[in-house]
Order: sequence, then structure tokens, then C-alpha cells
Amino acid sequence: MFCQPILLSLHTIKYIAMKKYQLDLKVVDNVMVGKSASLLTLTHSEPLPPMQAGQFAELLVDKAQVLLRRPISIHNVNRNNNTVEFLIQIVGTGTKELANLKKGDSLNVLLPLGNGFDFAGSVNPLLIGGGVGVAPLLYLGEEFKSKGITPTFLFGGRSKEYLLRLESFEAVGRVYATTEDGSFGEKGYVTNHSLLIDGDKFDKIFACGPTPMLKAVAAWAKEHETACEVSLEHKMACGIGACLCCVEDTKDGHVCVCKEGPVFSIDKLLWKL
Amino acid sequence: MEALKTNIGDLQLKNPVMTASGTFGYGTEYSDFFDISKLGGILVKGTTLHRREGNPYPRMAETPSGMLNAVGLQNKGVDYFVENIYPEIKDIDTNIIVNVSGSCIEDYVQTAEIINHLDKVPAIELNISCPNVKQGGMAFGVTANGAAEVVKAVRRVYDKTLIVKLSPNVTDITEIAKAVEAQGADSVSLINTLLGMAIDSERRKPILSTITGGLSGPAVKPIALRMVWQTYKAVKIPIVGIGGIMTAADAIEFLLAGATAIEVGTANFIDPAVCSKIVDGIADYLNRHNIPSVKDLIGALEV
Repeated sequence: MFCQPILLSLHTIKYIAMKKYQLDLKVVDNVMVGKSASLLTLTHSEPLPPMQAGQFAELLVDKAQVLLRRPISIHNVNRNNNTVEFLIQIVGTGTKELANLKKGDSLNVLLPLGNGFDFAGSVNPLLIGGGVGVAPLLYLGEEFKSKGITPTFLFGGRSKEYLLRLESFEAVGRVYATTEDGSFGEKGYVTNHSLLIDGDKFDKIFACGPTPMLKAVAAWAKEHETACEVSLEHKMACGIGACLCCVEDTKDGHVCVCKEGPVFSIDKLLWKL
Repeated sequence: MEALKTNIGDLQLKNPVMTASGTFGYGTEYSDFFDISKLGGILVKGTTLHRREGNPYPRMAETPSGMLNAVGLQNKGVDYFVENIYPEIKDIDTNIIVNVSGSCIEDYVQTAEIINHLDKVPAIELNISCPNVKQGGMAFGVTANGAAEVVKAVRRVYDKTLIVKLSPNVTDITEIAKAVEAQGADSVSLINTLLGMAIDSERRKPILSTITGGLSGPAVKPIALRMVWQTYKAVKIPIVGIGGIMTAADAIEFLLAGATAIEVGTANFIDPAVCSKIVDGIADYLNRHNIPSVKDLIGALEV
């Protein structure tokens, strides 16, 4: 909360590392992905501030029926194009409105929020995503790729159409998948995948998706003594640790997912596995 | 800016815009977004004698033009505040006001006594909407006697500006306001959240872990305005208006209804720099209407 800012110079303007910004971004592109998700690409007149894989943003929905911002994972950052991407599951009025944004529209965004994945020491990572939980893993995969590490992705979904943006992930690393109905990849859940039979080859797992999946992944990681971080999604209001609505019960008591998370080491959580 | 200056009794404010407790953390959470010393005051989050973990998740439900919350006064206790938070915020050039909560009268008194020693905290806001655990869990603030009792006890030990935050979950808020005024409150702030409820029909379950929670946001503004207006006519002490303020126009409505200052709550979650815009908007309003001082707006509703 009170740490010293570090100045980073990106092109013309100076951003302070991990300072939070409120910016009016411009829609570059917004396309449907699968049946119920949209891929929103935004840019800014100035270089975008520093962002870490696993951090998120709060998007303002400019509609009377929607009061609060929508917290959305940073899906990818492209510094060459100066764009940031969000992969948004359409679940209600707010996300539907975000999916309806058109090229050229303006969108007020708070970013970067929360803490990203701690991937510095990992050389053989496994990135596990369920449904729209794949969202933060593309940026994380890109970070590994830029360090010369080929990440392994393992995705799970109800059926093939719930596996989002496979081709983008295939451009970054090795992709494996499971579906509950067997329509793509192996049939079953991610933790049943044959990739995990020889379980100790990965040095760290990074996971995002529905809570039951995360708990199954955490149980597997504990059993195989593999370091594991999970990104949690809780209902949020402020996104900056002020309202205390999005708490997770941890070894340190109730902490805000928006501020202490959304990424947590499973060792910090009180999950009964 | 001289025209924006106002005061709650002896407490001088550079402008009438303050932040509502529980919506602005300890202020520093917002310092990335604007210069928080621009505020008339910061009401830091509800502080109790002992550490409280608060209620289980889920604690929040979005509702039409509002939100329900059931945080349950999560905080690390007054000693932690004094040792760890106060040193970091005491030199911010604004009024740091501590919102004091408790579950019995002795807890309120002890907490207020400790805060009384902090030089850079010129006022407390007493949250009397908490349940009295020794009286079957009914909130202090829902009866005139209950409200008077806690204010009387705190007044004995607290000698700076004492603001009492009133619950709207009562039959007649003016009776409560008059009761706390009679016990020496310097000001009343209103309204706290309205008790509400949200249900997930698909799952047939309540959305909040506590079933019921406090409603805030634009949905409550008309009720808050009405209560400020009624209270303005009933008491002589200054009123701090709270309830769904999103814009400078909303803030001015509260001043016209009789508020001396206002607190912005839920709006901070939607636009973290909203308070800065409200300060500027009030200044702009005074200019446009050739009104020399914001104090001229207090209760200036033409009826």
C-alpha cells in the first residue's frame, strides 16, 4: 500500500510501475469467440501502462441498468500495437453490453489491478484453464515464450465450443484439452488427462477457471508436491481493496481477492482438498 | 477556494465533500486516482475495539441502481489502526475522521477514548447502526433511548467533534436525531444503508451469506434527501448528508435539503476520482449562480 514507486519510461510518457490508472481506452476490435464470449481489443492514445499476466481491469459499463464496473482478466498485451485484450464471457446485462461495443467506441477502464502470477523461477510450467478461465493464461504464456520457455497448456470445457481461442494458444505453446462430452481432446476433467500421469515433470502450475476445477487442480498439485497458483474470481465492487466485498478466507484471515489476489498460491488458501 | 469552505461546529472543512466510511478504505487506496488532500474529509473505515473478520463471502449483491453489502465491519481493531494506519495517513492535508463502531457501549467508549488521543483526528463518526449484543442484537440506533445511551457514554470521554451516523431503518429519524442532539452530539450524518435483501431465484437461495444487507447507491437517494430535509427542520446541529450521491448536482440537492456537508459512498466504486469531480462541480455551480459561499446553499430549498 505504501511502497515506493518505481518510474518506468515507455516512449513519451512516464508511468509508475503498478500504479493504477483510470483511462479512456478506444475499441479497436470486438469479435465473438465461440457462442458466448467476446474478444475485446482496446488501445490508447498514449502507450498503455505496465501490466502483469494475471492482473485484471475494471471496465465501466455505460448503461443505466448496470451500476458497478465489471472486473475482467487481462487476456493479452501487445506492446507493438499498443493494445490490451479482454476475453469476456457473456453472462448478464453488463457483459452483454461490453460485447456490443463497436470499433471506435470509448471505454473507461481502471488498470492494472491486483497481483499477477509469480512465474519468475518456473522453467517447465503447466497452465491449466477451464472455460473462460483460459483468459489470463495467454498473456502468461506469452511471457514464458518471450523468455524462450515453451509453456504447456491444458484446457477443459463442457464441449468443444467451450474451448476458447485454441489457435492463439497453439501459437504460444503445446496445447492439450479435455471435454466432458469427449467432443474434443480427452473425455473427462483436466485432472484426468493423460498428461498428468507422469505428473512430476512440471515445476509449477498456474490455473484459472471454475472453483471446483481449481480445487481439483490444487489437490493434484498438493499430492504431487508441485507449486501451484490459482486465479480466483469473486464478486467485486471497487477492485482496489476499499469495499472489502470480494474476500477469500486465507491463512491471513479474510483478504480482498482484488488487492491480495486475484492470484493466490494454494498454500495460502484454506481449501479443504 | 474560499467559497467552498464550510464547518461542522468547530471542524473546519476546505469543502463539503467527504468520503463515506467503508467505501474509501483509509484513503490511500485512492491516491493513484486523484490528490486525496483535495477532499473536505476522509471517513476511514469502521473501526472497532477488537479485530473483526467480518462476514463470510458473498458479501455483495448488485441491485437496480444500487448494491447490497454485508461486510460486517471487517477491520483489524483500533490498536492496529493507531500503530499502523494512523502514522501513514495523519499528514494528509484533510480531515481524517474515524468511524467508530461497537457491539456494546463499553467498546464504543474505549475506542473513542483511544481515538481522542490522536492529534490529527479532529472528529469521530459514531456508527450506531451496529447490533447491541447485550440487548438481543437490536441496533443501538433504532430507538431514541438506545441511540441516546451510547452517545451520552461516548460524549463523556470524547471532547472533539462528535458526529453521529443515523440509521434510516426507523419509523421517525427525527426522533433519533433529537435524542442524540440532546446528549451533546455536534452533528448527525445520514443516512446509513437501508436494510434490504436479494434472492437468486434459480438457486432459491439468498445472494448474501447473511441473507440481508445494507442497500446503498442511487436507489436510496430520494429516501436520504427526504430524511435530511425532515431532520434539518427538527434539529439545530449541522447535518452531513449521505445516500446515493454520484454527481455534484446530487451533492447540491443534499445541501439545499439542509446538509452542511456530504459524504460520497458507492460512487467511489464506479469512478475512483468522482469526489474530485464533485468538488469542482460544486465550485462551478457557485460560479454559475453567483453564490458567494457554499454555506448559502444549506437548507436553501425554495418551497
